[in-house]
Amino acid sequence: MSNEISVQEADFDVGTETAALTAGDARAGAVASFVGLVRDVNDGSGVSEMTLEHYPGMTEKALAAIVAEAKARWDIYAVRVIHRVGRLLPCDRIVFVAVSSAHRGEAFAACEFIMDYLKTKAPFWKREVTPDGARWVDAREADDGAAARWEG
Amino acid sequence: MVKILYFASLREKLGTSGESLELPAGVADVGGLLATLAARGGEWASLAAVKNLKSAVNQEMARNGTPVKDGDEVAFFPPVTGG
Repeated sequence: MSNEISVQEADFDVGTETAALTAGDARAGAVASFVGLVRDVNDGSGVSEMTLEHYPGMTEKALAAIVAEAKARWDIYAVRVIHRVGRLLPCDRIVFVAVSSAHRGEAFAACEFIMDYLKTKAPFWKREVTPDGARWVDAREADDGAAARWEG
Repeated sequence: MVKILYFASLREKLGTSGESLELPAGVADVGGLLATLAARGGEWASLAAVKNLKSAVNQEMARNGTPVKDGDEVAFFPPVTGG
């Protein structure tokens, strides 16, 4: 599918994207979606803004591979992944993942799988501004654990 | 020549987002390339000591043993933090 993955600076509309996923597709009985947002606090410090850097070219390939893996594992119909880059403020949307399927189980599982893999395998990096200055966000071990659940 | 890219904190620390490099004789994998870069000294020396340094060859995740040949694109970066 051509319009499956977007890496963009622009915001997105959750309602529009969710509706488009199943437009005209009467097979779909379920849509599960996830929206990630910028918080105003991280690791005990206030966050006033963040900048998302990525590896153009590899990012899109990595996301496509994750979506392909989800389609191989679950009986799902349509997938939409949008990840924003550039400067973002608290409350801004960062990422959107939506999956349609016949029933909720497959849609929930595939949506969670895509997010868990995205967080550990797609080349994005967050740099946040705190009262003490700018800092690169450290990777979390919990994210590695979440991704590892789907392996083996 | 190989194209080398650096991202995020690594790009800031090294003061460059990338370079083109003639692959030195005897260097055939990511680990070898890393050793060549670290041998420059200064901030470059710390490359070998970066915790959980990640790499990619031709935009696919790689390991130190992943082969590197003339014309490849190699990237070094810290663990990813998107989503």
